[in-house]
Amino acid sequence: PDLLYIDLHLLHEVTSPQAFDGLRAAGRKVRRPDLTLATEDHNTPTGYDDPAQACQRGALFTIADLTSRLQIETLRRNCAEFGIRLHSLGDANQGIVHVIGPQLGLTQPGMTVVCGDSHTSTHGAFGALAFGIGTSEVEHVLATQTLPQHRLKTMAVNVTGQLKEGVTAKDLILALIAKVGTGGGRGHVVEYRGEAIRALSMEGRMTVANMSIEWGAKAGMVAPDDTTFAFLEGRPYAPTGKQWEAALDYWRSLPTDPGATFDTEVTLDASQVVPFVTWGTNPGQGVPLDGVVPDPSEFPAGPERAAAERALTYMALTPGTPMREIPIDVVFVGSCTNGRLEDLRAAAEVIRGRKVADGVRMLVVPGSDAVRTAAEKEGLHEVFIAAGAEWRYAGCSMCLGMNPDTLSPGQRSASTSNRNFEGRQGRGGRTHLVSPPVAAATAVAGRLASPSDL
Amino acid sequence: MEKFTVHTGTAAPLRRSNVDTDQIIPAVYLKRVSRTGFADGLFQAWRAEPDFVLNNPAYAEASILVAGPDFGTGSSREHAVWALKDWGFRAVISPRFGDIFRNNALKEGLLPVELPMATVEWLWDRLEAEPHTQVTVDLVERQVRLADQVWDFPLDDFSRWRLMEGLDDIGLTLRHEAAITAYEQSRPSFTPVITP
Ligand code: SF4
Repeated sequence: PDLLYIDLHLLHEVTSPQAFDGLRAAGRKVRRPDLTLATEDHNTPTGYDDPAQACQRGALFTIADLTSRLQIETLRRNCAEFGIRLHSLGDANQGIVHVIGPQLGLTQPGMTVVCGDSHTSTHGAFGALAFGIGTSEVEHVLATQTLPQHRLKTMAVNVTGQLKEGVTAKDLILALIAKVGTGGGRGHVVEYRGEAIRALSMEGRMTVANMSIEWGAKAGMVAPDDTTFAFLEGRPYAPTGKQWEAALDYWRSLPTDPGATFDTEVTLDASQVVPFVTWGTNPGQGVPLDGVVPDPSEFPAGPERAAAERALTYMALTPGTPMREIPIDVVFVGSCTNGRLEDLRAAAEVIRGRKVADGVRMLVVPGSDAVRTAAEKEGLHEVFIAAGAEWRYAGCSMCLGMNPDTLSPGQRSASTSNRNFEGRQGRGGRTHLVSPPVAAATAVAGRLASPSDL
Repeated sequence: MEKFTVHTGTAAPLRRSNVDTDQIIPAVYLKRVSRTGFADGLFQAWRAEPDFVLNNPAYAEASILVAGPDFGTGSSREHAVWALKDWGFRAVISPRFGDIFRNNALKEGLLPVELPMATVEWLWDRLEAEPHTQVTVDLVERQVRLADQVWDFPLDDFSRWRLMEGLDDIGLTLRHEAAITAYEQSRPSFTPVITP
């Protein structure tokens, strides 16, 4: 295989400790600490019962779970020992690893970006080749700044037409995954193309690229354009002056040539996409919100039908039930899929002047501390708090059952995150993936709902 | 890395597809900073179900797992591979693997064996009827063999060689250090660098 040079390596506390141990055992150094950035996000609290602890966010004693505390402490020690920049809890640049890279302007077109995290595909929204790696590969990149890679197949996802009013990037990607299946992208690097993709903001493009891994693609990319450049200009790590001009020239040379051919092509008509929700336990098991829980007998006999049967048992759903009649206990707005400012604005707009339904818990978790600050400047936190939602600190939160924000067994959530796997949000928890506007409307209605239902 | 050439053992039929890495090992186990000791988390939720295959004493010694398509999708957690190895598995057979899981497995010497769905179904039936069936996974010949069956499986030459020799990838890459350094000199000056 060829060696691929890595331009940016992002680290977090969960998948890195064993890699640093490996380096130490072999007496190796980090080759390019200056191309490596770490943050604390997965295993971290996003709220404090004692307000005094919130003032000391980041202090180790505020991480109640001792195993979690040790993991954070280990990351801090490793970064100090190997000279790696770390955005710790309490630092203004702390946040979910895939939110802070773009926010700092570190993710740029044409770069190679890796992280010990499958949603590294998010950075592909900038026209970077970005993919998730395991811990052995993290160690390999730390030691060599390269990865041995075989060339992958190429795929074009042509999204024609325009999204209708009220339909989001999240609906688009959920509809795509339902169409192609969770294994549909395997072995491919995907380019999302077409009018509807061009019309998306960088936030929307990140939402789409983020979920590339959920249909098995190695990476998902969007060609850089003026939307990309406008987003990057002026960010802390974006080039300036003459360097900016040089970078622009290079970035403009990156898009796929007209008439290029791909190994595989898929077409999706954006104008046909409607608000989409999942009913099952993988992201491909989704239907329009207007639809009903499917009957497993509609699926071809074999693994797909068996998976549907199992999913319905786990989700405690009956075929034929309208999705809108499914009652929800917890609503989660956040994650690297939908935890950026645009997402919080969309949720706030729906919930403004309304109340979270009785018995429903709603968590709003900014993707980064900077998102939190920006949202507060706009008063979004007041909108959420007035509605009865929890306004929390930045982190992965309820996206994965690893920090204190989890579902209890049997609880059902509407979640703007990316995975509805069994137990993903806490053992026995049941997850419906939704967009931010649907999440907010669901919180008000107490059952799956769209803003137009309110 | 542990070498892999030929392995013979019994196999457990896992009649499930889309076995994502959250099922193989839930996130709560990922708080640990060690590389071993993950067997207790393996399929933790499913092991609470009495009829789960790994609760059946007939498969207690199984060292090969036979699963449905899309095994190891989802999260990049290498802990999934560590947990399977800690439990005693040396190979996983499935019609299709998640990319990152497959890479992780190859790095750790857990052999991902791709066989067609029809073969997997055949194996499930046989293993359920005769749990003590001896299964051989032969990396040298790239074959899976039973007393009365032989199937070929695909694996690229480089991965096969690395596994057979038990080679450390980093060591192999560092042989090209001069090329890496030369490339570094040519990187455009506008690419970002981070000050510690
Ligand atoms: S928000 Fe969720 S998907 Fe994103 S990095 Fe965190 S745990 Fe992973």
